[in-house]
Amino acid sequence: MSDTAAPAMPARKKRGGGRPSALRLLLNNTLATTGLLVLVLIILIALAAPFLPLPDPDVTAPADRLLRPLADGHLLGTDALGRDILSRLIWGARVSLAVGISATLIAAFFGSLIGLVAGYAGGRVDALLMRGIDMVMAFPYILLALAIVAALGPGLLNALYAIAVVNIPFFARNIRGITIGLSRREFVDAARLSGKSNARILFGEVLPNVLPIIIITMSTTIGWMILETAGLSFLGLGAQPPQADLGSMLGDGRKILFTAPHVSIIPGLMIFVLVMSINLFGDGVRDVLDPRLKSGALTRPVARTAVERARVPERQPHKDNVLDVVDLNTQFHIGSSVYRAVGGVDLHLKQGECLGIVGESGSGKSVTAMSLMGLVPTPPGRITGGAAWLEGEDLFAVSDERIRQLRGADVSHVFQDPLSTLHPLFTVGDQLTEAIMAHRPIKRSDADKRAEELLRLVRITNPTERLKVYPHELSGGMRQRICIAMALANDAKIIIADEPTTALDVTVQAQILSLLDTLRRESNAAILFITHDFGVVSAVCDRVAVMYAGRIVETGRTQDVLENPAHPYTGKLIDCVPVLGQPERRLDAIEGRPPVVDNLPAGCAFADRCPRAQADCRAGEITLSPFGEDRAVRCLHPLERGAAHA
Amino acid sequence: MAAYIAKRLLAAIPVLFGLSIIVFLIMAMIPGDPATAILGSYATPENVARLNADLGLDKSLPQQYLIWLGNLLQGDLGRSYALNRPVLDEVLERFSATLILAGTALVLCSILGLLAGVISAVRQYGLADKLITVLVLIGISTPSFWLGLLLILAFAVKIRLFPASGMYAIYGGGDLPDLLHHLFLPALTLAVVATGVIARLTRTAMLEVLRQDYIRTARAKGLTERRVIYRHAFKAALVSVIPVIGIQAGFVLGGAVYIETVFQWPGIGSMLVNAISTRDLLLVQGGVLVVAATYVLFNLAADVVQTILDPRLR
Ligand code: SF4
Repeated sequence: MSDTAAPAMPARKKRGGGRPSALRLLLNNTLATTGLLVLVLIILIALAAPFLPLPDPDVTAPADRLLRPLADGHLLGTDALGRDILSRLIWGARVSLAVGISATLIAAFFGSLIGLVAGYAGGRVDALLMRGIDMVMAFPYILLALAIVAALGPGLLNALYAIAVVNIPFFARNIRGITIGLSRREFVDAARLSGKSNARILFGEVLPNVLPIIIITMSTTIGWMILETAGLSFLGLGAQPPQADLGSMLGDGRKILFTAPHVSIIPGLMIFVLVMSINLFGDGVRDVLDPRLKSGALTRPVARTAVERARVPERQPHKDNVLDVVDLNTQFHIGSSVYRAVGGVDLHLKQGECLGIVGESGSGKSVTAMSLMGLVPTPPGRITGGAAWLEGEDLFAVSDERIRQLRGADVSHVFQDPLSTLHPLFTVGDQLTEAIMAHRPIKRSDADKRAEELLRLVRITNPTERLKVYPHELSGGMRQRICIAMALANDAKIIIADEPTTALDVTVQAQILSLLDTLRRESNAAILFITHDFGVVSAVCDRVAVMYAGRIVETGRTQDVLENPAHPYTGKLIDCVPVLGQPERRLDAIEGRPPVVDNLPAGCAFADRCPRAQADCRAGEITLSPFGEDRAVRCLHPLERGAAHA
Repeated sequence: MAAYIAKRLLAAIPVLFGLSIIVFLIMAMIPGDPATAILGSYATPENVARLNADLGLDKSLPQQYLIWLGNLLQGDLGRSYALNRPVLDEVLERFSATLILAGTALVLCSILGLLAGVISAVRQYGLADKLITVLVLIGISTPSFWLGLLLILAFAVKIRLFPASGMYAIYGGGDLPDLLHHLFLPALTLAVVATGVIARLTRTAMLEVLRQDYIRTARAKGLTERRVIYRHAFKAALVSVIPVIGIQAGFVLGGAVYIETVFQWPGIGSMLVNAISTRDLLLVQGGVLVVAATYVLFNLAADVVQTILDPRLR
């Protein structure tokens, strides 16, 4: 039943740091807090049972039998033997809790031990232990418990053992997984080298790091174990009279269900409240510890990026441009921080033109491109300003349905890694025809023909057979050709290519680039080409825009920029292009890292990494100023002509 | 595909073998003289002697196992002394009732769970999501045997909509509508917990899938959001939920023990409970073995379905 993917825990918890915030997070969760309060209350009452002014739970009073709740002196009424139900409920809860907790501890102890040993020892021991665990798990859970009770004979203690045994596998599996990871860590190696015995490493070094997982597994299984022991008692296989737990009370009451339903409903309600409070609390604990929830990896992105424009540019689009982008602003809102991914970008594309957007990762180049058709995930992304006109139509103002019509038709995309961007469970043919049929009302057989044509267009041989294969059966280059074919399916006016060659090896890269170039000339589509590689830019782009920290820092004709970069950053990027025969001139050669975009410095964002930086660079906003014909640069001390390759 | 199924079937054999060992060992654990324990009040000297000879109880444990396994392979699970009939006959008769109940519950929880999970993911943090999350939490915290009693009180006593117990009406029943009428409440009760678990995992799986690159691609192609979610995302999520449904088959088969007791359904679960009370141990052994083997087959089926959906597994 434990459906918890054990969250990755940091090795060795840091004292202090992180802990209080986790606790606060937990308390912020109303449901979890409610669960905790109810649970603590039940435990306190159960513990205090001997001191509470309760009638003896086992004293029978035939005269008072089957009193309804709220009867005089019996708040919850009496059962078939005239025993006070409230008193029996509290004493029964005590037994149920004790049994549930004991079963959890036993299962946790043996399960963790098996998991630790199997994960740490590995090899044969691991295989043998886990094979055994698999065998136990091959049984339907409750059935195995029944078989054990059958062999040992009915009784509360035997039920406890049975439930503990069937829960051992959950612990063993979770703990083994974590232990395997930990055994490969440096601190374990270090301990081994220092000559510590295996047992001391396992219990001294590994166990403390595994403990949180054990506790999480306990919190998710204890409710279940209380439920199951109650179930066995309900069937008459657990607690035997005169001993009573909640389950056996319910089982006894069942016989008089029709005449006195309260006798069975009340203990059942108690089990429910108890288990529910544990589950609420356990869920809260899991949510707090689950890194996927914290990182927002489990929020669903909506179909289109949210648009909340503070200002809409007054400037109107130029009629020669297929695409005109003015002052585009895109932000990420994560928790209380705001990341300015794109901070005022202007772009334009003419028919058949190829514009390269170049920058390091995190420069905002992809976000710029993905903003156009609303493909930046929301949450956390939102477009906060600017406009993008596609042939005069403001893409940020049109309806969702209009955006859908334009996507894949007028504007199509080719993404980076074709393995993850193609759906793994549909054939190439399915995915291609689907792209065609989304935009024109044609028959499947005609779409199939068109798909074949497209494959031929991207130089794929045997198109008929290829349509029937799945993406994972193709090579990386072949997959990217499929993606390109998909982008061409509806005679796009603009193709947005986001690092389309980065995931491919060098020879394939060259083929894909020349294919893209040929196709663009044949179809006269404009291309917005996103890349980090000036080498690629020089191969296909007419113009280039260099981005840094969410802004364009230089733009101009490819040739001009390549020969005479003006912005120091552009110069560095060009230096990164590997030159044949000079392997030492390699990428990642720019010292330092790009700034964090939720905390941009005043003035030039590149100043910290710039060799030419001077005091005035940090003083204030620097504009993108014209710099020769068709050229602009955002820098106070641009490079002189020919200085870049010095 | 056929080759794959054959391979999976072969791989199931050692598992079944392992099951038989565990079942055998559990029965060997019985304290005291096994023949006397098994026979209980039927432990006449002749019966004890016969059983000892039949089961080879005077031999070593491995030898006993081999004898037992040999009998098992010939379809001989021993004899129920309390019922005075072969264990296999009784088990198979009871088992068909359990299969109807558990099978219906499994279909029910798969459909409801997937539906709730998808709605919950699509409307994340919306009203429907919150409502489903709370219902799921209630569902997985509710003792099914108690829920069964509540439903009986509500729908069989207060509003007389469904019968409170049994599989067929005593007079004039026996046809399909009658069966469905009797089946509704127990199948629903049995499905509740599994529905919750499946809904939860479906929600998580959908949310994970909706973040994937290929979903962005589907949107970039201009597919309608409906198609993106119900075709592209759902199929991918289903692949990871199918094994969970397989595992839920185990919980449903096991949970049938309670539900059959509550609704007096003449299945193997209520048979087991009775057999444990009367210490009819060979009957327990046979029942457990058959249900466990069925569970293995359910998981096998889940594997096969998953492989059909996911070409990468082939
Ligand atoms: S403005 Fe100053 S710091 Fe920025 S790139 Fe130019 S020279 Fe360097």
